[in-house]
Amino acid sequence: MATQVEQATRAAGLSKEEVLRYSRHLIMPEVGMEGQLKLKKAKVLLIGSGGLGAPLGLYLAAAGVGRMGLVDFDTVDFTNLQRQVTFGTSDVGRKKLEAAKERLSNLNPEIRIDTYETRLSSENALEIIREYDIVADGTDNFPTRYLVNDACVLTGKPNVYGSIFRFEGQASIFGYPAGPCYRCLYPEPPPPGLVPSCAEGGVLGVLPGIMGCIQAMETLKLILGNGQPLIGRLLLFDALRMRFRELRLHKNPDCPMCGEHRTIHKLIDYAEFCGIRGEEKETAVSSEIPEITPKELKARLDRGDDLFILDVREPHEYQICNLHGHLIPLGDLPKRVSELDSSREIVAHCRSGKRSADAVQFLSKAGFRKVWNLKGGILAWSDEVDPSVPKY
Amino acid sequence: MAVKVIIPTPLRQYAGKQESVDLDAKTVGEALGSLTTQFGELKRHLYSEEGKLRSFVNVYVNDEDIRYLQKEKTALQQGDIISIVPSIAGGLS
Repeated sequence: MATQVEQATRAAGLSKEEVLRYSRHLIMPEVGMEGQLKLKKAKVLLIGSGGLGAPLGLYLAAAGVGRMGLVDFDTVDFTNLQRQVTFGTSDVGRKKLEAAKERLSNLNPEIRIDTYETRLSSENALEIIREYDIVADGTDNFPTRYLVNDACVLTGKPNVYGSIFRFEGQASIFGYPAGPCYRCLYPEPPPPGLVPSCAEGGVLGVLPGIMGCIQAMETLKLILGNGQPLIGRLLLFDALRMRFRELRLHKNPDCPMCGEHRTIHKLIDYAEFCGIRGEEKETAVSSEIPEITPKELKARLDRGDDLFILDVREPHEYQICNLHGHLIPLGDLPKRVSELDSSREIVAHCRSGKRSADAVQFLSKAGFRKVWNLKGGILAWSDEVDPSVPKY
Repeated sequence: MAVKVIIPTPLRQYAGKQESVDLDAKTVGEALGSLTTQFGELKRHLYSEEGKLRSFVNVYVNDEDIRYLQKEKTALQQGDIISIVPSIAGGLS
């Protein structure tokens, strides 16, 4: 026979199990039953199930956000485990969404999780976002950042933003009608190649952990209506000094997206906006860069050919593994080009072949006629010639 | 006026790997000019070829965006902190 209290609780919308599960929320006057029910009714879309998406997903699921959407098209990679804590070693090779949904459902079976195994694009963004109340952006590239921003402004959904680079993080809330949007802060993206991704720039895994948790906190605050959210505020985190700073974000009255006289009314081609199309053309040109494969290089070295191996990586990479090349980091090459003898045959290499392609292009323009790019870099050397060379 | 310019991580490689640079300037424009004279490579990351501040880089004096003050003509006080805040996108991979 249900007691009066049980009946009242069920009528209020939480089962006995939920009351127990969320007891630490319920005993706080700032949350209480009312707050927990707001969480239960809330619908949050997480874009990206990676470094930021991991803590975001875990803490929102733990808190009882009733409906969560996850957008990701990727598979779990071994190098993800250093920071994407939703996944375990046994998940390597699985689809991220499958592994994430399993983990989050195990953490909290009470919530509904929908997965969208797709790359968010101008064609699908509005349709997906419309079903949710709040969007949390945990992506890693500029075109998607602008796409998410624009889609949120167009659909009127707040965008809880977090981003990281090495030891620094940023967090804010964009897309609130009275507040700024991402374009108010950054009307234009940087040209491609200027700001490296984690694969190129590296990151201490716990940094997206911290920023993702901050995003989760802000999302919960928005749902509960508690505290002062990061609307119109850019939170800057410096992990090395362990300092938080805050900058004021203004809504730009001339913002083409959210200003009074907005000029953008629909989603655009974000790759073009970010100059990536231009970069594709550039890559076509750089395939004209003279290349040598690892096997060809090995054959020539075994024959005793006099080749000068130029390593354009950074000193700390040289320490991980090297081909005993002469180290001149790419950024120092213009200053140190006099160390190279243009009468010799030079093979330039880096980790994966991109930086060394730039080096070969630079040297060709500087008049070097006998330079080759090691195709695929030291990673390919490890794959095709000497597996004892560690990959990183 | 003695001010400090905070260099964000992505740009430190062009500023002799320093986290911040102390200099003397009366306005933001003067401070940035002094900075880019000291570190030539920083210039193309902060300024376009036409000499305008790049729009994916924001400059703050203390906690205010200079676009909402007097832009590069913003006058500086002793001890002001100039922050250069570029857009970063890392999060997923």
